[in-house]
Amino acid sequence: MEINSWLKKYTFTLHHQKAKDVNPQMKRKILKGHAQKPSSPFLGRAGLSRGAGFTAIIHLFLLVVAVSCIYPLLWMVFSSFKTQQTIFTNLSLIPERFHFENYYRVLTQENFGRYFLNSIFYTGSVVFSIIIIASLAGYAFSRLNFPAKNLIFIIFIGAMMIPTPGNFVPLYVLLNKLHLRNTPLGYILCMISGGLPLSIFLFKTFLDKMPQELEDIARIDGCSKLRIWWNIALPFAKPILGVVAIFNTLNVWNEYLLALVVFDSKYFMPLQRALVVFRGEHLTNYPLLMAALTITTLPVIVIYLLFQKYIVRGITAEVGL
Amino acid sequence: MKLRQVLEDYTFILPAVGIFIIFYIVPFFFIFRLSLFEWDGIGRLSSATFVGLANFKEIIFRDSNWWRSVSNAGWITFIALTFQNSLAFLLALACSKRIVLRGVYRIIFFIPPILSEVVVGMVWRFIINDVDGANIVNQVLAYLGLHQFVRAWLSDPNTALNVVALVHSWKGFGWAFLIFLAGLQTIPREFYESARVDGANSWQVFKNITFPLLVPVIILVAILTILGTMQSFVLIISLVGGELAGYTSVPVLRILWVMRNSSRFGYACALGINLGIILVVASFIQYKFFKKVRDLI
Repeated sequence: MEINSWLKKYTFTLHHQKAKDVNPQMKRKILKGHAQKPSSPFLGRAGLSRGAGFTAIIHLFLLVVAVSCIYPLLWMVFSSFKTQQTIFTNLSLIPERFHFENYYRVLTQENFGRYFLNSIFYTGSVVFSIIIIASLAGYAFSRLNFPAKNLIFIIFIGAMMIPTPGNFVPLYVLLNKLHLRNTPLGYILCMISGGLPLSIFLFKTFLDKMPQELEDIARIDGCSKLRIWWNIALPFAKPILGVVAIFNTLNVWNEYLLALVVFDSKYFMPLQRALVVFRGEHLTNYPLLMAALTITTLPVIVIYLLFQKYIVRGITAEVGL
Repeated sequence: MKLRQVLEDYTFILPAVGIFIIFYIVPFFFIFRLSLFEWDGIGRLSSATFVGLANFKEIIFRDSNWWRSVSNAGWITFIALTFQNSLAFLLALACSKRIVLRGVYRIIFFIPPILSEVVVGMVWRFIINDVDGANIVNQVLAYLGLHQFVRAWLSDPNTALNVVALVHSWKGFGWAFLIFLAGLQTIPREFYESARVDGANSWQVFKNITFPLLVPVIILVAILTILGTMQSFVLIISLVGGELAGYTSVPVLRILWVMRNSSRFGYACALGINLGIILVVASFIQYKFFKKVRDLI
């Protein structure tokens, strides 16, 4: 028994020394915690698994929160099949009859088919451009050497951290001057600019891990830098490419503020902006509104369920964990 | 030859730098310049009147609407920092143990954060709306016999802001949950094992290992919560409706309103700078606060 605990303690100190990011003050505190005798031997050994009652409470807690996350979505989807007459009188979740004509009306008469295509076009072109532009820059920041490299990179990173509320005011003025306001191009360029810093950061840190030999072999074969980026760096960066793609897709699809500032004409509007306009016009037609919301949300849910690993990785990479 | 190589290298970052300078750096500096002018946004910029720091003086001494919106956002942020983040922390603690279905919970908790604020606001408005009193929350209350609590939740000045804060927390907790969970998973298992060998109880483990090691993550979540919540406004537009959402106006809504409805571009820029300074200061205070807490424990 004694030998066993001594062994464990020994391996602990070994690991402990390896973990260099733990600062000495913290170490002392952890060790101080060890020195304290257990106040209750009964509670002491079990960690969190303290009998069935405790586990049941945890499960109940998790379950209640999980249901509260999903219920509003179910309510939205099922309400979109109800009619204006029954939506406020029949409060059961699942309607008696499914009215698909709400979708038909929203997509054709209310032009949501158009807005849907607009959103797909904006999202597609922004994400594609970001992947090309950010991977080029990420490759350069990681593998090339040029004057002021670190300074430029730091400016990009700084842009992620400094809050700039109200920057849409000068942006509006600028777009007006460039005759880009109320044009898809203006919106797309602004969205690219907004997504670049994080994407460059992700590409750069990932490409830092690329083995030098890969690059050397290619160079000996006479590859230009551009070919190395295309044939070696991009394939190597596939995992992070997925993160960048999914992350920016959700970002652009859900964006509202810039769409509000840039677009006046309904013809160019993406879904989020069109939804707010639609509600302003049909204040209380809830079945139609819910159908429009479902159309807007469905792609997001599908993408999330298919690629949720990438999204999780993106979030944690963004905050540096 | 050398110069050619440098130029070749620069072409790799040229598209990124070009777009970034035009659409981020230029507006970033332009906002400071514009904040010193009184300008309606229509005429030529050269015809705008230079007013110096008058815009800032007006914000600080006369603009009660602005400070009201700041304090509204401050209250929502306070709820997010306390309620939302402690909920997220508890859920992360629960899911960091080997518990059945934790993978499923993780997927479900992150559904609200990926939805757009427009959608979330509209769906929740539908659930707690005040159309003809026929909303779900009120019907449930009436069914339970709690008639005195039935009210128009989103237009009642006593409840509107808190409802907004709760919906905001509903949308945000999954995100904080995920970061806390990732933070918990970076703590080496050996720490827990050796603590258990030494007979530390759960509270001691939490107090001496989990919490101190998680302080950097907690600071990060707190600061990002402040930055995100103080600048949020889409959820409020879609939840409460209307251009200027009455009792629930927030700073960015004010800036938009000043720019679009009263056409005072210089003043809108000054408001933006004011909010930026508030955010930086608030983040710094949070940072100091949690450092202190860690040293005290």
